[in-house]
Amino acid sequence: MTRHYRWLVACCVSAGLLAGCETAPVKAWQRGDLARTEMAWQPDPMESAFRDHVYTSKEGASGGVGTGGGGCGCY
Amino acid sequence: MMLRSAFTVLCLAVVFLWKATAFAQPIPNFDLPLLDRAGTLSLADVKGKVVYLDFWASWCGPCAVSLPELEKLRRRFHPQGFEVVAINLDNSQEDARRFLRDKQISYPILFDRQQRTPEQFGVAGMPTAFLLDRQGRLRETHTGFKPGDTEKLTKMIQQLLQEEGS
Repeated sequence: MTRHYRWLVACCVSAGLLAGCETAPVKAWQRGDLARTEMAWQPDPMESAFRDHVYTSKEGASGGVGTGGGGCGCY
Repeated sequence: MMLRSAFTVLCLAVVFLWKATAFAQPIPNFDLPLLDRAGTLSLADVKGKVVYLDFWASWCGPCAVSLPELEKLRRRFHPQGFEVVAINLDNSQEDARRFLRDKQISYPILFDRQQRTPEQFGVAGMPTAFLLDRQGRLRETHTGFKPGDTEKLTKMIQQLLQEEGS
């Protein structure tokens, strides 16, 4: 009985924790804070381009750096 | 073989009709406060005009490109019955006012504090604009903005202005 009870508690706790992972996607018009300069990985475009160039030349491959767009949901 | 062709044609016809009716739907009305002066504006106030309903925010790069271009379009076609109605979606009115301070914008800019209208209109990205004909029907959805888009929009606006307003 105790074992079953423990399983039940474990399942409930797991379900609760997993439910906490659920997030509503940010709408396009709610991205004002994400589009702020201080939210960018590398706010300076010159520095960013320089780092990309160094990385590309060392790795012999390009791409896979960040995502397209400025966080504003624009196409 | 004939049956398969007929089925394909039928499917295409259904898709075409569905798209056509989706674009012909009347869009929801709103009544929002003006950003730069007192008063409100609703979609009913611009009834009978070709309307470019633009959703924008000060933090959005392409929106900054679009505003002066929309102003040019508005100045050119306003006498013929064209109007731009912009809905600002900033978190604070001050952000929008600061952004507009050095810009000469003559078209009405509304502020949607509750941010309900983008949900109602199904805004997918910023900026998103809806081109409405004189009957208030949705005729084109435009997402994002590049400098070259002005030419395409000019043609669409001219075409809609030539249509009968009955």
